[in-house]
Amino acid sequence: MIRKLAWDEELAGRLIDERKTADGALMPILHALQETFGYIDRAAIAPIAEALNISKADVHGVISFYHDFRAAPASGRALKLCRAESCQAMGCEDLIDHLRRAHGLTPDSETDGALRIETVYCLGNCALSPAALIDGAPIGRLTAAKLDALVREAGQ
Amino acid sequence: MSAKVYVPGDSAALSVGADGVAAAIGEEARRRGLDVQIVRNGSRGLFWLEPLVEIETPAGRLAYGPIEAGDVASLFDAHFLSGRPHAKALGRIDEHPYLKRQQRLLFARCGVADPLSIEDYRAHGGLKGLERALAIGPQAIVEEVLASGLRGRGGAGFPCGIKWRTVAATAADQKYVVCNADEGDSGTFADRMILEGDPFALIEGMAIAAVAVGATKGFVYIRSEYPHAFAKFNAALAAARKAGLLGHSVLGSSHGFDIETRLGAGAYICGEETSLLESLEGKRGEVRAKPPLPAISGLFGKPTAMNNVLTLASTPWILTHGGKAYADYGMGRSRGTQPFQLAGNVKHGGLVELAFGATIRTLVEDFGGGTRSGRPIRAVQVGGPLGAYFPQSLLDTPLDYEAMLEAKGMLGHGGIVVFDDTVNLARQARFAFEFCAKESCGKCTPCRIGSTRGFETIDKIVAGENAEANIALVRDLCTVMTDASLCALGGLTPLPVLSALDHFAEDFAPRPKRLAAE
Repeated sequence: MIRKLAWDEELAGRLIDERKTADGALMPILHALQETFGYIDRAAIAPIAEALNISKADVHGVISFYHDFRAAPASGRALKLCRAESCQAMGCEDLIDHLRRAHGLTPDSETDGALRIETVYCLGNCALSPAALIDGAPIGRLTAAKLDALVREAGQ
Repeated sequence: MSAKVYVPGDSAALSVGADGVAAAIGEEARRRGLDVQIVRNGSRGLFWLEPLVEIETPAGRLAYGPIEAGDVASLFDAHFLSGRPHAKALGRIDEHPYLKRQQRLLFARCGVADPLSIEDYRAHGGLKGLERALAIGPQAIVEEVLASGLRGRGGAGFPCGIKWRTVAATAADQKYVVCNADEGDSGTFADRMILEGDPFALIEGMAIAAVAVGATKGFVYIRSEYPHAFAKFNAALAAARKAGLLGHSVLGSSHGFDIETRLGAGAYICGEETSLLESLEGKRGEVRAKPPLPAISGLFGKPTAMNNVLTLASTPWILTHGGKAYADYGMGRSRGTQPFQLAGNVKHGGLVELAFGATIRTLVEDFGGGTRSGRPIRAVQVGGPLGAYFPQSLLDTPLDYEAMLEAKGMLGHGGIVVFDDTVNLARQARFAFEFCAKESCGKCTPCRIGSTRGFETIDKIVAGENAEANIALVRDLCTVMTDASLCALGGLTPLPVLSALDHFAEDFAPRPKRLAAE
């Protein structure tokens, strides 16, 4: 699993500062924060707003618009499971059912465990559907057996 | 002499173990004291054969696949480095029927050359287009692109030359080239393959666009679902700067141009051009009303040449070989080639670049070999989540912009998703609305509200609640969404829904209440 740092105001300030003069700096700043801490702490909103001379509401509005940005820290590994048409054609919804029945895991649930299932729509690996990413590493031709192995690994 | 072995670094190949295969080959060669150079090429796009290992021999590139790490020792035992037979030997890869029947212009280099080597890029015909562009100047570049008939490969099909002419003719202190690499349509992966497998083609294409329109800065907006493509393309940018392809003087000319990448954040709508511009500016990805066109007032209010990856990466070929040579391919008003992407429940999924005009059946049967499950094909969705579902009876529809429109579908970004006879089209129609509801930016009412009312109404139809009246209601809703949505998300969601209703009406019949009886 990819370990993230605990929230650190000074480090966050530095990440913001390094990027604030870029064109359209807000998205790169938000990505840098999430990359470092695993989420975007509420405490980051005010310094970002000040650095970019926009309102706090603007910053909050952008964070909440994009599916990727998290408001709370996450533990465990992240399995992004594609549930778009190509993967539907290869049974991704059966895999979702399997996770629910065999492991009690539901996609996009608020509770945190050793393995977090996130719905994504398309990973661009549609000729090898069903597709997934585990902590950023691609998996093609996903099966229930492979999922069982991932759940086991994450639990250790 | 060191043997050259190719193991794709494409993320689809990685998804089935290419890294492990590359490591095993390195390890085995060391163990046997053999000198092996491993090149991480892009993918040829024959994904059912990945990881596809290739050896360079005097007789051409010989392939072996699909290779697992466990096969590696037996490959060495069989002397694959000198091209000897093995149970997984495929012979000369360029003679493979899947490749041989294609017309690869844009994808000629992908999977062949080392994607991060400028020398290799040049050796495979790269940079000739840009050199010619610099020699002939902006007006002549636009003329070539107009003559090629190249239309926007992102899905809208707008003539690229007209767009560039508009940007070129608009006076401004700053102009931009923006590449839309937010390839979000299910069933598509051609942009990703170029970003990972032939990134210099996109960089060269953007530089050509910059010279044509007078832009000095470019942005590539890559979706966050493509972490490998993002990393690979950034590495290619660094190499391009080092080689003088980007910077204050493009290939030693008086033109300055540089490119920055930006990462999306999981919003499908940001593939819509105006929403992408908002996102690039650091805002919510909400769609802008048009006009003004981005060509006149785009990024930060400046004239912006905005194109899809495939459109831009096609221009080096066009400038090298001339617009007319490109226009010799294709049919009607769809000129050149289209990289089709075969996906879903298909035996031989992959990248098939063909001149416009091939039929859906040619793709899914001749190339695809039918379904992977072995069951009959029931539906084929062309053009991503906003494209229509085609039944068996319409599989002879030619794949070109106009023919697809006539069949009440669209070509989109060229994605083709195959479903077998276990598919339920009422469920797919419901998903189309549901996806639209999830991904709507919320700016216009038909999309924001209509999508939710849409899947609610389909639920009623399937439950047998006033089915006839509710079907009429869904059709009416589709008309409103088509006519009154601000962009293609709300405007085209009706395509999959209506095609499901028109061609698969039986799936909307009330489901037998089996559960109650059990």
